[in-house]
Amino acid sequence: MSAATDTEAAKAMASSGQLATFRLDGDLYGVEVEHVQEVLRSQGLTRVPLAPTAVAGLINLRGQVVTAIELRERLGRPPRPEGTDAVVIVVRLHGEAVSLLVDSIADVVDVDAADFEAPPDTLEGQARELIRGAYKLDGKLLLALDVHKAVSA
Amino acid sequence: MDGLDDIVEEFLVESHENLDQLDSDLVALEQDPNSRERLSSIFRTIHTIKGTSGFLAFNRLEEVTHVGENMLSRLRDGELALNPTRTSVLLQMVDTVRALLTSIEASGGEGPVDVSGVVAAISAAMEDHPATPPTDAAPPAAAAIPSPRAATAKKATAQSATAKAAPAKAAPAKAAPAKAATRRGTATKAAPAKPAAAKRTTARKAAAPAATVAAPTPVAADGAADLESAAPVAVVAASETTHALPTTHSEGANAVMPQRTAGQPAVPTAPALPMAAEAAEHETESAQADGPARRAVADSTIRVDVDLLDELMLLVGELVLTRNQIVQNVARQTDTDLIRASQRLNLIASELQEGVMKTRMQPIDHIWSKLPRVVRDLGLQLKKSIRLEMEGRETELDKTLLEAVKDPLTHLVRNSVDHGIEAPEKRKAAGKPVEGVLTLRARHESGQVVVEVADDGAGIDPAALGAKALERGLLTADALHRMSPADILQLIFMPGFSTAAAVTNVSGRGVGMDVVKTNIEAIGGTIEVESVPGEGTVCRLRIPLTLAIVPALTVECAGDRYAIPQISLQELVSLDAEKAANAVEEVGGAPVYRLRGELLPLVRLTDVLGLASERHDGHVVIAVLRSEGRRFGLVVDRVINTEEIVVKAVGGQLKAIGLYSGATVLGDGTVALILDVQALARRALRTETTERQQSREATSSAAQAETERQRMLLAAIGGGRRVAIPLDTVTRLEQVRTDAVEKVGNREVVQYRGAILPIVRLDRHLGAYGETDREVLEVIVYADHGRSVAIVVEEILDIVDGEAAVRSDIDDLGLLGSAVLGEKVTELLDVRAAILAADPAFYTSPALAPESATTSLLEV
Repeated sequence: MSAATDTEAAKAMASSGQLATFRLDGDLYGVEVEHVQEVLRSQGLTRVPLAPTAVAGLINLRGQVVTAIELRERLGRPPRPEGTDAVVIVVRLHGEAVSLLVDSIADVVDVDAADFEAPPDTLEGQARELIRGAYKLDGKLLLALDVHKAVSA
Repeated sequence: MDGLDDIVEEFLVESHENLDQLDSDLVALEQDPNSRERLSSIFRTIHTIKGTSGFLAFNRLEEVTHVGENMLSRLRDGELALNPTRTSVLLQMVDTVRALLTSIEASGGEGPVDVSGVVAAISAAMEDHPATPPTDAAPPAAAAIPSPRAATAKKATAQSATAKAAPAKAAPAKAAPAKAATRRGTATKAAPAKPAAAKRTTARKAAAPAATVAAPTPVAADGAADLESAAPVAVVAASETTHALPTTHSEGANAVMPQRTAGQPAVPTAPALPMAAEAAEHETESAQADGPARRAVADSTIRVDVDLLDELMLLVGELVLTRNQIVQNVARQTDTDLIRASQRLNLIASELQEGVMKTRMQPIDHIWSKLPRVVRDLGLQLKKSIRLEMEGRETELDKTLLEAVKDPLTHLVRNSVDHGIEAPEKRKAAGKPVEGVLTLRARHESGQVVVEVADDGAGIDPAALGAKALERGLLTADALHRMSPADILQLIFMPGFSTAAAVTNVSGRGVGMDVVKTNIEAIGGTIEVESVPGEGTVCRLRIPLTLAIVPALTVECAGDRYAIPQISLQELVSLDAEKAANAVEEVGGAPVYRLRGELLPLVRLTDVLGLASERHDGHVVIAVLRSEGRRFGLVVDRVINTEEIVVKAVGGQLKAIGLYSGATVLGDGTVALILDVQALARRALRTETTERQQSREATSSAAQAETERQRMLLAAIGGGRRVAIPLDTVTRLEQVRTDAVEKVGNREVVQYRGAILPIVRLDRHLGAYGETDREVLEVIVYADHGRSVAIVVEEILDIVDGEAAVRSDIDDLGLLGSAVLGEKVTELLDVRAAILAADPAFYTSPALAPESATTSLLEV
């Protein structure tokens, strides 16, 4: 993704709109609601040997084969604890469906550009690449995920 | 407004399709000029376009198709003979029509496309070489020749008419009878009144677009010819409208009169009449034998939006999954009605799925049908004689993919014609037939569609290509040195090679090849080139079948299921733990299995995928696969099933792994990866083995006509000696533990499958001295009529073809002679003598024991 589209997207990000939010390792993240196609409960995954580690596998979405990206891995977080099922967020980008595995789904939130701030400097590594910035909500931070980058594992 | 747009759109779609058909029909027609059926089909196509364009008021389109139709109707009626010039103008007409359609599609109007040129060309071609004219018209034609003044006058008028014709569009149906009337008037009156006739002509031309037909004809004789050939059509028209017969007939005789005095009046009427004739004729035509067939096709197909099909496809997928759930639940019920209903649902859903999937498939012929035209035109232009052959035109692939390969394929074909096939003189000098052959091949292979463009041209010289690459600084001399000739050929796909001059000088290939490669790779395909200098070049495209249905074998490996396209699968071998321990051997650390005496390299799927097998009972299941001419055994945990799978594309990250050609959803809804057998082979097998196998295959196929006796098993017998044993005398290869060898009298025997097998040690038999302290003996089992003997050798080396061998008569005890096999002197075993040494009664007494000897070792 080029720098130009980055800034463009960041601007779009900074503007008000709706984010579908989800939890991952205790943090609250959001993706633009228009990218989200659907949310599914845990699905049977077919693992793909030799694939990048962030590729959790393939799921069958009504006959369509969709790649599932483990967001924990992508964001450099520890693996999901044993016994907890992931929630699948199916996003549609450039007409192609990709799914993200997250801990749990939360509300759709209206965000205000005024609350937007660049990613905190303390954020490091992989995660910093994938986070556009943060919306300061009441009592919590909503991290805006760059969904395009997140799926290009 | 919307309604009209729809009509126009439909017209465009239909016409474009028709034109593609037309291209190939015309070229085919050139080969077989007498095919009335083809001519009629072409005629109808043009007629349809003409009719619709008149209805939609696309005047220039109508004008062009009208003259084309005129020529075609005469060709069809045998009044004109088809020659290359006429084919060319007809093709030119098709191009013009296409240009007009494109313009209509883009702007809604006919745009600036100029049609007068092609109209003139067609008219000229129609008159060039008249076919044998009807006898009654012949004398006037001759009489018309000495009238140069009339000719000049006619030319002038005709040209002015061309200018007027386009805007002045009357409905053809109306114009024709009107003209016929005028013409009759002219015929009777025109003889004395030359200027009057001329005037009338001009007037008439304003009303008749067809008048332009006469424009470029320079001689009055031509006009006469035109008229003659038109006259019979008029008769036909008359006979079909029944009442007009006598009038028209006399007119046919009279019509030459004005023409003799002044060419003008006759000319425009000539094409006008057939137009009326056609309307009637077309009706009768379609009632004829070939008519209904075509109509049936047109009536039995409808056009469907591809998006709609995609949607249907997804829905069917959903239905199948729901079906599966229901079927599973119902299995636990006891209600027989419900069970029966679910079984029916099961069946119907499967059939529906199959049906919907087939809707997206189209034969590759859809894009190939354009190529004869391309080859013909380019061949004429370059003055090369080229024959285009097509194999596998019915090979189906997904419509979207079909569209995507159209341009790259055309490019490759152009390239082959342009640079691949040499000029006729060059071919003659090289001792090849003057006519070059361009072959298109398509087939399904390993879940891909393989499309080849092969020519028998000059080929590409790797050395020259490499030198060029060096010169252009695309790679270093060192790197070039390390490349195999085959790899060097692939350089033509490098972007730096895409300038025409650079490559034309080297070998004449590679123009824009990088673009072709990019396009093919964009749809997940690959391209490779093979060439033998002096003999030709093959460009091979491998295109995935994104939506295609492929029969596949599903296997399990480390708990997951994988699909293997059945086209690569040759057989399955299952070995129980006991057998596997013996049968799977190591050669320099690599596992091999002797499959009917041939060494089959084994690849463990778990190793390739970096997983751990879940099978611990020692069983070995081998899927014998073939890819690009090499054979190997893929060791999997378990074979599950064979089923038809739908290939789904996988995302870019997964494609990059290079092991999976796609994924599929299995019957129970789980996703399974489809193994890319080619990639697997490339990854797991060393090239050296490949080449050896290939050369072996080449020789074996060459020797196929020879007897099987030519295949030899090579074995070492110790002391550096090698013995060749005809393969057809070999039943099995086995290993026997030395301590299992027992003695009966002074003979050695071994218990084998519940029988006693006499042993002959070849080293002793032939006076060589091998190692005696080996733990395991390599044994060649020979069985005949229920008796078996075991021939002990030191080592099984290979299986070779004895054909190219140099034989000599130097023989020794127990040998038939010697030969050079595999570049070494090898002794040819006298099998009979060896067997008799082990079992003197072998050929004389009937079978006593080893019953099991003839049963296969393999549980397949």
